Order: sequence, then C-alpha cells, then structure tokens
Amino acid sequence: MTDNAPGYPFGDGTGLALEPEYGRLRAEEPVSRVQLPFGGRAWLVTHHADVRKVLTDPRFSSRATTANPDGPRFTPQPLFPAGVMSMDPPEHTRIRSLVSRAFTGGRVEALRPRIAEIAGGLADAMLEKGPPADLVSMFALPLPVTVICELLGVPYADRDRFRELSDALLSTTALPPEEIFAAVMALNEYLAGLIEERRAEPRDDMLSDLVRARDEDDRLSEQELVEFGVGLLVTGHETAATQIGNFIYMLARNPEQLAALRADPALVPQAVEELLRHTPLGAVSGIPRVAVEDVELSGVTIRAGDSVIPSINSANHDESVFEDAHRLDIHRPSNPHIAFGHGVHFCLGAQLARAELQIALETLLIRLPGLKLATDGDADLAWKKGLLIRGFSELPVTW
Amino acid sequence: MSEANWKVEVTGACIASGMCVGTAPAYFELDGDRNRSVPRSARPAPDPLLLSVADSCPLEAIRVHDAGGTLLAPLD
Repeated sequence: MTDNAPGYPFGDGTGLALEPEYGRLRAEEPVSRVQLPFGGRAWLVTHHADVRKVLTDPRFSSRATTANPDGPRFTPQPLFPAGVMSMDPPEHTRIRSLVSRAFTGGRVEALRPRIAEIAGGLADAMLEKGPPADLVSMFALPLPVTVICELLGVPYADRDRFRELSDALLSTTALPPEEIFAAVMALNEYLAGLIEERRAEPRDDMLSDLVRARDEDDRLSEQELVEFGVGLLVTGHETAATQIGNFIYMLARNPEQLAALRADPALVPQAVEELLRHTPLGAVSGIPRVAVEDVELSGVTIRAGDSVIPSINSANHDESVFEDAHRLDIHRPSNPHIAFGHGVHFCLGAQLARAELQIALETLLIRLPGLKLATDGDADLAWKKGLLIRGFSELPVTW
Repeated sequence: MSEANWKVEVTGACIASGMCVGTAPAYFELDGDRNRSVPRSARPAPDPLLLSVADSCPLEAIRVHDAGGTLLAPLD
C-alpha cells in the first residue's frame, strides 16, 4: 500500500530553492511515507506545528534510532550511540550541560569583539588581494573555523586535515561508504590525540574543561568525550561557514533586500533571522527520530518503531505560519523559524552562530560595499553535492 | 504548596527554542501563539532538574530562585 513512497531527499542538494514537493505535501499529505537513501522508509513531517511536536514530544526518541543500526537514515554509517544527537534526556542533558553555559547569551556576547577582529582581518586580506576572490576560502570558512579552534583548543594549523574529514562526515552519497567510515575513524583519532595532549597539559580551552569533567568528575565516558569533541568541531564550523556563503548568494539574488540592508545596517540581526528561515541549510532536513509508542499526527497514526523525519526546511516555509513564506523579507515582523531546530537538540551553538552570521554580514557590507557575485547566472556556480547540507564549494565575488 | 518551594520564571528573552519543554515537560509548556515557553507552575517544589534546565537555556531566559529570593540558576 505504500509501494509508491517517493525517494527522499527530493533533490541532489544543489540550489537553495526548496523543492516543490514540500509545498505539495504540506497542502495534501503533511505526514507522508518516503524512502530514505539507507535503511528503508520513514514518515516525512512537513507542517510547522507537527515538526515542533516531533522535536519536543518524548514519544519521538533519538536514542531509539540506535536500537536498529541498519534502520532508516541519511548516512551509510549508523548514528553514533555515544554522540549527543543519538541521546534523549536525561543522558543528553548530562552531556550537553557540560558545555551549554559556554554557548549561552552572555558568554557569546563577550566573544563578539574577537569575532569582529577575525572578520575584519579576513576582509583586509580580501581587499589587499583585490577582486575577484573566492568568498568561501577567503572569508566564509576561515571565520567560524578560527572561532571554534580558539574556543575548543584545536590548532588552526590542522585545518586542512580536519576540514576534509568534516565534509566526509556530512556525506550521504558524495563518497563511498568505506571512505566515510575511514574519515569517521580518522577524526575520532585526531580528537583522541588532542584529548591526550590536554590531559598531559591542560590549557584554558573547552577541550581541557571536558577532559576535567571526565577525569575529575566522571561525568562522561571516554568515548562520549571523543564524540562530543568531534561533534563540536564539525558542527561548530560547517554550518556557519556554509550559511555565510549561502546568505551572500541569497542577498545577491534579492537586490532590493540587499539595498535595504545596505541603507540600514541596523537591520542585520532581523535580516539574519529571515535568512536563517528562508535559506535551507539542510539538504535532507532533520535527523530521524523513532516513535517509541503509537502517536497520531495530523490524522496519521505513526506506529511504535516507525522512523520520522521532522522537516525543518518545510516548517520554515509553512504558509500557515509565515505569510508569503516563499519570499525573502528582511522586514518580516514575526519570525518563529526553527532553523536551529527545536526541543532538547536545539542547536547548542545557536547564539554563537547568530553572532558570527551577524558580524560576517556587517563586516562584508561595510568593508566591501560593492560586493557582488562574480558570475552572471547560476550555471557556473560550484555546489557541494551529496552532503547533508547545501552550499557552495566556491563562491567567486567581486567588488 | 510548601513554603520552601522555588520560584521559576521565563523572561522576555525566550525564543521558544523548546529546550526546556523537551527536557522537562512536567515543568514547562510551549505557548504557540506567543511563541514562547511558560512554566506550568511558578512555585514548584525544589528539583535539581530545574537548575539544569535553566543552565541549558540558550537565551538564559529561565530564572530559578529559592523561596528566599536567592538566584539559584543560571549562575556564572
């Protein structure tokens, strides 16, 4: 009866226009069966209210996804049982609370001057080199990479090594499974090595804090420590780096919005919220959950054991919540987007990402006021493909 | 309600991340219309989970005081 479940994701992850299937499903079948790249079928949930429900209702479990390592998923490798993304409260609360205070409002505010200094230095280098330049390698990537390296205590000199492994970790179909497995192992070994260094010689950084939480207070296992370090390093830069490039592209393609922002840079914080809502970062949109009992959602009964994909991209384009949802409108008065997720897995680094994105836009608007794409159409743009996220491998700009 | 009960409030900084609702559904619920979280009880009995939730709020929007008015979480 569900033999016609369409394949998901709907596209290959290139382009920032949300695939039309989402709009059709929201209108006709807001909870529908889809076929994932690995492990079978899942329910795709597309309404804002239903997505928020899946993300906060404890009957939809992250931990239960690890009970069946071959279950429906987006990556050939199973979810890591010791990773925070596969945990439910209270074990999730135990791990996350080790660092959550470092990422909350006040602490992030204190980091702003340093983030602005890094961004300013990158803008200087672009101006010195002169146009055209690749925004990804000269600005979008080094800004968040430098910030997370300094916070965690990862040597910036190692960036080429962990960058390549990070992209492999986010691969769905970009690489053969054995290459992904090898990258997972290599990244774990890399973090394990840094952890040993901090154990021998603690410093004033987050890795040293986590080692102390492990060794002195026994608050997490060695494997959890390594996985958490990997998670912080990868998600701590890939997301913001990707969205800086995506946001500049979106603004270039919406010149009246860009002009409004240039005329009044005080609009940057709300423009960032609208860009977060409108720009689909995820190519697959949402990490699977598994129902631990039967749950009804928009008239559909989801059975215990079924996998569920809460689509954040679709929720952020739900017309019942966002008027003219397809329009990028930096003046949007109310913006309850869930770009950072919702519930216990709400992005740990959301406030840091906001600060980085705001500072990135401010710096680029002010220091390179004539900034524009160096390509005419979309045909020449270099997209990443087959990853969990959408974005550019290069973005040529001029000014 | 015991006189030892704590005081819990969600401030205007709340952005409805859902962190507290997901972690401690017995203590918090989402007000979808106002897009923010509200405590189910402003004077709950003492529970360490409330401190952990207040420490985990990305916006530091949850304030937990003891009966005497001393701030228990979040603390720096």
